[in-house]
Amino acid sequence: MRVLVILEERGGHISRTSWEAATAALRLAPMQEITAVVIGAQTELPAAEAAAKAFGKVIRVEHPLLAPYTSDGYCAALHQLIQQEGPTQVVFPHTYQVRDYAPALACRSGQALIGDVIEIADGPVFTRQLMQGRLNGSYRHAGNGPCFVSVQAGAFRAELPDAAAATPIETFTPAIDAAQIRTRPGEPFRGSAQTVDLGSAQWIVSVGRGIREAENLPLVQELATALGAELAASRPICDNGWLPMERQVGSSGQSVAPRLYLAVGISGAIQHLVGMKGSQCIVAINKDPDAPIFEVADYGIVGDLFEVVPALTEAVKAAKQ
Amino acid sequence: MKIIVAIKQVPERDAQVHIDSSGQWIEEANLQYAMNEPDAYALEEALQLKEKAGGEVIVISTGPERVSQTIREALAKGADRAIHVVCDDLAARDALGVARLLAAAIQPESPDLLLTGLQSEDLGLGQTGVIVAELLGLPHASLILQVEIIAKEGSKAQIKARRELEEGWFQSIELPSPAVLTIQSGGNKLRYATLMGIKRAKTKEVRTVHAADLGVSAAPAVALEAITLPKKQKSTQILNGSAEEAAAALVEKLKFEARVL
Ligand SMILES: Cc1cc2nc3c(=O)[nH]c(=O)nc-3n(C[C@H](O)[C@H](O)[C@H](O)COP(=O)(O)OP(=O)(O)OC[C@H]3O[C@@H](n4cnc5c(N)ncnc54)[C@H](O)[C@@H]3O)c2cc1C
Repeated sequence: MRVLVILEERGGHISRTSWEAATAALRLAPMQEITAVVIGAQTELPAAEAAAKAFGKVIRVEHPLLAPYTSDGYCAALHQLIQQEGPTQVVFPHTYQVRDYAPALACRSGQALIGDVIEIADGPVFTRQLMQGRLNGSYRHAGNGPCFVSVQAGAFRAELPDAAAATPIETFTPAIDAAQIRTRPGEPFRGSAQTVDLGSAQWIVSVGRGIREAENLPLVQELATALGAELAASRPICDNGWLPMERQVGSSGQSVAPRLYLAVGISGAIQHLVGMKGSQCIVAINKDPDAPIFEVADYGIVGDLFEVVPALTEAVKAAKQ
Repeated sequence: MKIIVAIKQVPERDAQVHIDSSGQWIEEANLQYAMNEPDAYALEEALQLKEKAGGEVIVISTGPERVSQTIREALAKGADRAIHVVCDDLAARDALGVARLLAAAIQPESPDLLLTGLQSEDLGLGQTGVIVAELLGLPHASLILQVEIIAKEGSKAQIKARRELEEGWFQSIELPSPAVLTIQSGGNKLRYATLMGIKRAKTKEVRTVHAADLGVSAAPAVALEAITLPKKQKSTQILNGSAEEAAAALVEKLKFEARVL
């Protein structure tokens, strides 16, 4: 086995999801057969960070045109690296950046990415979610050539052995021409005003599409008030403009970890779960007993929120008197 | 501007999905279908671009006969014409296989812009648009919320798009046409089809192309072997009874067991 793991940097360090992806790669090959790849215009620091782990080796894919990130730059550079290294598998963390280029990179090798993997069993058989988390699918790589896999955030606990001796570090300089880079990305900016700090809220009532209409929001607002909780929402509620985006919980919104997270009419898609899985106590109210939110909930009420929520508001008020 | 929007028909959001007897797919017999939501946003973005700058909006969809219903819906909302790539074994093809079908059918149209939803609500592969861009040799940007044409020179346009990043961050990204953009939900407000639109849709052109005639490989690089029910990560205590009983039981639990009230 020759496995490449493509690590990403975040805030000057290799990201947690990258370490998780590297840990997932251990299901495919022992540490000595895994090569950690860092990529960018300056890779000395992340390379040193990776070399502290017992990888077979670390490769620095370095070129001035690799910053800022572009799909064109990354695909060109990593495709050349793949041709040189001839890996059996290439493993990525499933980030927005990877979503943006890995499908094209895999296609360049005549392959399809097995994306957002949550489990790797012998075979190897890769499990990923289907139907917004309501079902799982097991996938196998069928063709010849490298198998491309991206790993869902939080699916594996990062646990990598430290290097006993110095891990060899190589530098790979791809041939990239400025004309190959067709997109011009701007600087990242924050979307909305930050007037609520959901991150430090102790109690959160979060509402999803089950509420049906903006006119019904007072129902959950009353429950939140009774609990002394902040009101939060899943993405479609904010997409519709029913609540401001700063109240959105999930991968493209806020990450929260309150003592109590009460999810009302939320199905529990992974992009929502990553933002609230760390809550101390999770309660779900949903009419669908198979909704994925129940996979992470401590307590659940299966029923119509339009009946359950008012009853709960009354029960909370009574208990607080 | 000639804009193609790739749309997918998926099981309706609230549909009960059951694993079929083969264990490799879901029971399709009684399923209701709908347009994949991010694709609906892609269509909306295309229709708004056309309203501003003129041109043509063409929808393309691949799948069996039933897909024509979703195509009609797109036409009723305002798309000018459609291409239906008839394919009865969509589920057996991987993301690359489906993208190959779309790319082959799109290529002769030479659009200025190709929009797709960023991922489907059924398989959730999130790759189709990016792969089609690669196959057609076009630049792409993904997770796009808004699209703007900032300069036009002859048939070439410069596109500026708002791209979503993680945790409430965004960036704007520029790229030249022809280009592919994969659209995220929520960038604009979806329109409904009007009665007039529904009537007009009946007369609009839907060209059918058969997958087998496109000359692309159906052999998957990745195969879906089995579908299973997810394992629970926690054991959930379900509180039963009437709404009042369940609510009272929950408050008890939160107060005395979880101690979070
Ligand atoms: C790149 C990307 C980023 C994303 N980022 C985020 C994010 O940050 N946050 C986020 O939340 N989502 C995000 N999403 C969207 C996510 O995939 C889901 O589509 C979304 O979370 C679904 O929201 P929901 O649960 O409210 O709606 P649905 O999935 O439609 O669920 C509604 C639920 O309400 C229940 N219900 C309906 N009526 C009733 C009733 N009367 N009583 C009780 N229950 C009822 C239904 O059973 C269902 O489970 C992202 C998606 C992508 C692709």
